[in-house]
Amino acid sequence: MQTATLTDVTVNAGHLGGVVKLRGASAAKMTARDVNVYYGEAQALRQVDLDIGEKRITALIGPSGCGKSTFLRCLNRMNDVIEGCRVTGRIEMDGEDIYDTALDVVRLRARVGMVFQKPNPFPKSIFDNIAYGPRIHGFANHKNDLDEIVQTSLERAGLWLEVKDRLAAPGTGLSGGQQQRLCIARAIAVDPDVILMDEPCSALDPIATAKIEELMDELRTSLTIVIVTHSMQQAARVSQHTAFFHLGSLIECGDTDEIFTNPQDERTQGYITGRFG
Amino acid sequence: MTDASNVIGPERRPDLSGARLSRRYAAERRFRLYGLAAVMTGAAILLVLIGTIVANGYTAFFQTEIALEIDFDPETIDPDATRDPEVLRAANYQVLIRRAMQARFPQVTDRREKRTLSRMVSSGASLKLQDMIMVDPDLIGTSRRVWVKSSDDIDSFAKGKIRRDVPDADRRVKDREIAWFDTLDSQDAIRSKFNTTFFTAGDSREPEQAGIWGAVIGSFLTLLVTLMLSFPTGVLAAVYLEEFAPKNRWTDLIEVNINNLAAVPSIVFGLLGLAVFLNFFGLPRSAPLVGGMVLALMTLPTIIIAGRAALKAVPPSVREAALGIGASHLQAVMHHVFPLAMPGMLTGTIIGMAQALGESAPLLMIGMVAFIVDVPGGFTDPATVLPVQIYLWADSPERAFVAKTSAAIMVLLAFLIVMNAMAVVLRKRFERRW
Repeated sequence: MQTATLTDVTVNAGHLGGVVKLRGASAAKMTARDVNVYYGEAQALRQVDLDIGEKRITALIGPSGCGKSTFLRCLNRMNDVIEGCRVTGRIEMDGEDIYDTALDVVRLRARVGMVFQKPNPFPKSIFDNIAYGPRIHGFANHKNDLDEIVQTSLERAGLWLEVKDRLAAPGTGLSGGQQQRLCIARAIAVDPDVILMDEPCSALDPIATAKIEELMDELRTSLTIVIVTHSMQQAARVSQHTAFFHLGSLIECGDTDEIFTNPQDERTQGYITGRFG
Repeated sequence: MTDASNVIGPERRPDLSGARLSRRYAAERRFRLYGLAAVMTGAAILLVLIGTIVANGYTAFFQTEIALEIDFDPETIDPDATRDPEVLRAANYQVLIRRAMQARFPQVTDRREKRTLSRMVSSGASLKLQDMIMVDPDLIGTSRRVWVKSSDDIDSFAKGKIRRDVPDADRRVKDREIAWFDTLDSQDAIRSKFNTTFFTAGDSREPEQAGIWGAVIGSFLTLLVTLMLSFPTGVLAAVYLEEFAPKNRWTDLIEVNINNLAAVPSIVFGLLGLAVFLNFFGLPRSAPLVGGMVLALMTLPTIIIAGRAALKAVPPSVREAALGIGASHLQAVMHHVFPLAMPGMLTGTIIGMAQALGESAPLLMIGMVAFIVDVPGGFTDPATVLPVQIYLWADSPERAFVAKTSAAIMVLLAFLIVMNAMAVVLRKRFERRW
C-alpha cells in the first residue's frame, strides 16, 4: 500500500482502496488504514483509509447506513460489544495500534471519549454523572479534587452556571440540550485526547444545537473531535475536515471548505447539493 | 401515475360519515365492556372464594370455654406436701376436672354418663391446671373458678356447626349433653373467647388444641433457606448468562434447559430431593433445610428467567454510556445495569417465593407431611409448612378441623400479602433512584 506523508496535499479519492489523505497542515492524531468492518456476513465498511487531524474537528457525512457511525465506533472499539462484529485493518492513535491485543480497551476509551446520538446521562445525580469517570479511573483521591473536576468539566461544557445549585438533582431531569452538554462534560471529565460524537444534535432544537456547536468550537483548542452528522450545514459550520461516506466506502475527504465548494466526486456533489441522501 | 390517481382518487376519500364514526365508537365501547365484564367476573369469583373461606373459617379464631369450680385437693396433687415440682407435674389433674364436673351435675351417677360428662371438657384442660399449680403451688388446698376449653364437639355445637334439629342418632353431641350444655349456659358457665392457642401452638389431634404457629415457623424457615439459596444463585446466573456468557450453542442449550426446568412438575423436584438430599447425602427428614433446598431448585429457573428479562429491559444507552467513558464491562454492569434491573429481579424473586410458599407436593416427598406437634426451633428440626398443614387438616375427620382448615388458608393468604407488600416496598425503594 502506498504510504502518504501527512503534509501531502494531493487528493487521490473517489475510488475504492485509494489512499485518502487529509489536506491541511495538522498532524494526524488517529490514522485508519484499510479498515473493513463486517456484521456477521454483511460488510459495513470497505477499505477505509482516513487520517484524523489533531485538535481539529472532522465531520463524517453521508446518507443513512453508509457506515459513518460504524467507522466512528471503530475509533474507540465500541464495536467490540456488538455481537458478530469484526474489524480488520489498522487503526492507530499516536502511532499505537488500538486493536493491538496488548492494548487495554478500557484505557483506550478513557483517552477516546464518546457522546451519543440520544443524550444518555446515567440515572444518577448531575454530580455523580460527571464524577463517575474520574472515580473509576482513579483521577481524584480526595473529595475536593472531585469537586474541582466536576466544576471544571461543567464549566468547559458551559453548563456550570445552569446547574451549580442543583448538582444533587437527577441528570435525567435536565432538558435535552442540557443533558447532551452533561454527557459532553462527562466525557471531558476523564480528560480524553479525542471525543467522538455520533449525531450529538439530532435530538435537539436549533438553540441547543447552536450551544453544542459553540462548545465544540471551544473544545477544539484542546481536543480532537470527530463528529458524525446528517446536517450538511452543521458539518460546514463546525468542522475543518470532512469525510464523505457512501455505501460503506470513503468516497472523498479533505478540507471542509474544499469539499463543500469544490467536490471532486460526483457522488459527493450529489449528496451535498441534496440530490440524494 | 396521474391516470391511476384519477381512476381511484374519488374512491379513496376517507369516509367520515356519522354512521361510520358511531360504529367505531360503539366497537370501542363494546370492547371496554368486555374487558370490564372480564375483570368483574374475576373479582366476583375471588370474592366468592374468599367469602366462603372466611365464612367457614372465622369461627376457628374463637374457642368455647366452660367455667369449673376446681378444688385443688392436696390429697390428689401432693399428698406428702413436698411441693416437689416433679410430684406436682406428675399429679393426676384429670381427676380434679372430673370431680368438678360431677359436683356440678350430682344427679349423673351412671359410669358411662359420667365419662361422657367429663368429656365435655377438652383433654388439654388438665394441662392448664398443671400450669397453674407449677406457677403458683400455693393454690393447692384452695378452690377457685377456672375457665377451661370445651371439647371440640361442644365447641362446634356452641358455634352452631352441629345442629339441634338433627335426630339424636345422627348427631355427635347427644341430647343429654345438650341438656348439660344448656344448664351450664344458663349458669353463665359458658363463654366464647379469642382462640390464642390457634396462633401459638403446633399441630394436635385435638382440634381445640391445634395451632398454626408450628406451620408458620416451618414455612418461614423453609422460605428463608429457599431465598438464601435461590436469590444469590439465580441473580448471579442471570447476570452471567445475560451479560458475560458467550452466545454459542452451549449457552443456548443452557437457556433451553432453564426454560424447561421452570415447567417441570414440582413433585419431580420432591423426588429428586428424596433421592439426592435424603438418601444420598443423608440430610434429616422433614427438615426445613431440605424443604428449602428442594424449593430453591424449583424457584431458581423463575428467578433466572425474570432476572434476565429485567437485565434485557435496561436501555442499552446506559451500558454504552458507561463503556464510552472507559468503564470495564464488569463496572458497567455492576454500577449501572444491575441497579436498574434490581426492581425487576426482586419482582421475579417474589413471584418465585410466593410459588414456593404455596407448594406442598415436593415437600410431601421429603417427609414434611409428618404429624409434628412441636414448633420447630431450627433448620434441622422436623417441621411442616402452611399448605401441608392445610392439607393435613382438610384430611382430618373431626368437624372442628373444617373451620381450622379455612382459618389456616386465611393465615397463608395473610402471609402472602405480607410478602407481596414487602416486595412492593423494596421495589419502590430501588425505583426511587430514578
